[in-house]
Amino acid sequence: MIVSEQIAIDHGLKKDEFKKICQLLKRTPNITELGIFSAMWNEHCSYKSSKIHLKTLPTKGKRVIQGPGENAGVVDIDDGDAIVFKIESHNHPSFIEPYQGAATGVGGIMRDVFTMGARPIANLNSIHFGSPQHKKTKNLLRGVVHGIGGYGNCMGVPTIAGQTSFDSSYNDNILVNAMTLGLVKKNKIFYSKAAGLNKPIIYVGSKTGRDGIHGASMASANFDEKIEEKKPTVQVGDPFTEKLLLEACLELMTGDSIIAIQDMGAAGLTSSSVEMASKGNLGIEINLNNIPCRESNMTPYEIMLSESQERMLIILENGKEELAKKIFEKWNLDFAVIGKTTNSKKIELFFNNNQVASIPINTLVENSPVYDRKWKKTKMPRRNKFKKEVFKNLKIIDVLNKILANSNVCSKEWIWQQFDHTVMGDTIQKPGGDAGVVRIHGTNKAVATSVDSSAVYCWAHPFTGGKQIVCESWRNLISVGATPIALTNCLNFGSPENENNMGEFVECLQGIAEACEYLKYPIVSGNVSFYNQTKDIGIKPTPTIGGVGLIKNYSKMVTMEFKEVNNIVLVIGKTEGNIDQSIFARYILDEKNGPPPEINFFNEKNIGETLLKLIENDLIKSAHDVSLGGILTAISKMCIKGNKGINLKKPKLLIHELEYFFCEDQGRYIIEVHPNNLKTIKNILDKNAVHYDELGTINDNNELYFNDKIKVAIEELKNSNTYWLKDYMRK
Amino acid sequence: MKSSVITFPGSNCDRDIDVALKKFGFKNRMVWHADVELPKSDLVVLPGGFSYGDYLRCGSMAAKTKIMQSVINFAKGGGLVLGICNGFQILVETGLVPGVLLRNKYLEFICKNVFVKINNKHNIFFKSLEKDILEFHIAHNEGNYFCSKDQLKEIEDNDQVALYYCNQNGDTEEQYNPNGSIKNIAGIFNKEKNIFGLMPHPERMIDKSLSGEDGSLFFKNLINNLK
Repeated sequence: MIVSEQIAIDHGLKKDEFKKICQLLKRTPNITELGIFSAMWNEHCSYKSSKIHLKTLPTKGKRVIQGPGENAGVVDIDDGDAIVFKIESHNHPSFIEPYQGAATGVGGIMRDVFTMGARPIANLNSIHFGSPQHKKTKNLLRGVVHGIGGYGNCMGVPTIAGQTSFDSSYNDNILVNAMTLGLVKKNKIFYSKAAGLNKPIIYVGSKTGRDGIHGASMASANFDEKIEEKKPTVQVGDPFTEKLLLEACLELMTGDSIIAIQDMGAAGLTSSSVEMASKGNLGIEINLNNIPCRESNMTPYEIMLSESQERMLIILENGKEELAKKIFEKWNLDFAVIGKTTNSKKIELFFNNNQVASIPINTLVENSPVYDRKWKKTKMPRRNKFKKEVFKNLKIIDVLNKILANSNVCSKEWIWQQFDHTVMGDTIQKPGGDAGVVRIHGTNKAVATSVDSSAVYCWAHPFTGGKQIVCESWRNLISVGATPIALTNCLNFGSPENENNMGEFVECLQGIAEACEYLKYPIVSGNVSFYNQTKDIGIKPTPTIGGVGLIKNYSKMVTMEFKEVNNIVLVIGKTEGNIDQSIFARYILDEKNGPPPEINFFNEKNIGETLLKLIENDLIKSAHDVSLGGILTAISKMCIKGNKGINLKKPKLLIHELEYFFCEDQGRYIIEVHPNNLKTIKNILDKNAVHYDELGTINDNNELYFNDKIKVAIEELKNSNTYWLKDYMRK
Repeated sequence: MKSSVITFPGSNCDRDIDVALKKFGFKNRMVWHADVELPKSDLVVLPGGFSYGDYLRCGSMAAKTKIMQSVINFAKGGGLVLGICNGFQILVETGLVPGVLLRNKYLEFICKNVFVKINNKHNIFFKSLEKDILEFHIAHNEGNYFCSKDQLKEIEDNDQVALYYCNQNGDTEEQYNPNGSIKNIAGIFNKEKNIFGLMPHPERMIDKSLSGEDGSLFFKNLINNLK
């Protein structure tokens, strides 16, 4: 087949990109080569629109062992232990085929982690769906939840935290972001950089089939009405094979056979082989006849572009082939020597004794296109002036019940009860709290992790929203008593070719970078997902932050449920009463415009660090950060989880009580303290210039009182909070 | 006391049960599914997980492995066998305990704490256990126990029901049944009561930092009964 410009365009390449390929090769590529270029040069693999901006992110820190650029980031958690972690998107496949799309997203991220030698110890997910009223939402949600569970449960890795939101901007483009943490010894980390000449390249795992061909290109394209035709580009997952692959790889990794290892993720054999060669500044030669194939008569083009799952590429030390083969055979997995490293600095493919591709590696990687896209700044929206008469008709309990049952605030128990969150026997904080916590097996240490995004804030003002999500992530870790170490991000945006969407990307990233810099909370891995839109309408900008923190002694871990009657409840951090963009403003007052809550870095850091000090000194009985729905929502959830009531006093205020209790001002936590410690705690807070309000006392009659007058049973609040999602899904 | 835990391809609670058994004083050995011989054991455990990916039918392929023939012989000779979750599914597939395990009501995987009521303490697993109601943890997709009417009568006549799902007071109404099991059945013995299959995971309840400690009571009692 002669490759024409039109064929290149059908592969998602632009005219001038095709021209550049011909110039670099000094000839027209054949179809296999074109396929390889299109896979390496698409947005998903090349980061061509995001690269120049990603460079500005802070990625270094005293605990960072490996920053972005490897399969996953790595941080030091003392005693020779390290945590490997990363988040990744699987948005487009999950919309086309929710079960398999979500399942293979989970499988892919776990492979990224165990490729580096780490045993996965926790999974998380951040999933976003269209309006609950939209006709596709229910099926998509069910399919995604079943897919995540189907894969993660079978692997025997606990899913310990997550986040779910509903917003009409995801009606035709849901988001599925999956994150994994793995545990590794610092001196046993495996990397993807090839080294040495004539080293055997081996292929292990599942056979290669025709599934997922051009998956990465599909992920870099807009959706239109022909979306159903793209179903064959979605990969099919087999968690059982992945479980075997995990055990086999970890078994091989106990020795010193492996030089480099890389999983075959997006763009399969193409990107894995090219990346390994590129990092090692070497060439690579592959005989495609040796690839284990599931179907007969697969062409070189199909073999190179297949995204069949559960496959790994390994460069071995010479002479270790037999040893490796035995291990993979023990686990009933395919094993094949498929090629070797060379000094040609090219990828050279052979099929039926003919050379079918020969491409200089640097043309695929270093010379891939880089774009400085046009982008537009978002103006800070003007504040709303809410008239006090609006509040007069609102009863605080009605508002509270409505907010607790709001699709974005309600309990997501229906989702996380379908994920095995206790397997491995080390989960000490389950989903439903501020962060999930797992012990480091056999030690007193634990890691806390949470995943956060605030698309509404990012949409209202991307720069502020970017700052806010990093701070929220940091707060969630501190709430359980963990010191935040580092984070991974999944940047879900619309088209980079649209200057508004690109502006959202650039400004969110600026906000993220500033917050990370200030909080000394570096970014060690991540993923960019553009083109999240249908036709010309982009999703709300949804950068997702996956944070990881360390608890040195897990007996000091804090949970959010109220613990003991007569304990005092305080809110720390100042409440100004700005309700713009709060759940209260958007759903109760129906005001969707306005600026997001402001971020004050000094307060954020100061309050967080002070709270950590209090936790360290055993002065805190429970803690919960104040986020969606404000103070009263946070307190209600603490009552519900702890099965306790509270007598709330309305603090002397200049602002209206609805503003006080439902605003989403940042940098605040609710804490429960023993009356005997109150004085000490107030002294510490005063000394550190941390503002606090005393809110009330925990009671044993399971009711929430305001000024001894208005009351509501905790059971009623619990029903509002718990049943919305279950009822929605089972009706 | 010596115990053996069988690891099948796809088992994923094998380490958890190993940790639990050792914690309460068993000398435990992990046994690979392709082995033929079972080491000398006072207790054999079939762990939870997804043996053979749950393909075909949960537990069906594991039931046909080489090691299972040895386990069956061991059990038929009166040896003590405990099957947890996927292990219970394997036991059902071998026919060592009666009935089948269907998909959960609502067709959803369930992971949560549940209460179970001990029905029969005249056996080595529960003899002398002080509590009648235990808080255990379930995590399964196919735990909906089912059998024919005749089978059920036989099971009840022989006092083979080990555990019923219940609330904290021991009430066994349908609303406390998490998965649709017939009569709230959570665990079953064979006629001789030396083989015990249950859906809940006692090995996940062995530490106050985890979901609870009633698993500790179970294992402590078991090893005392064996001594």
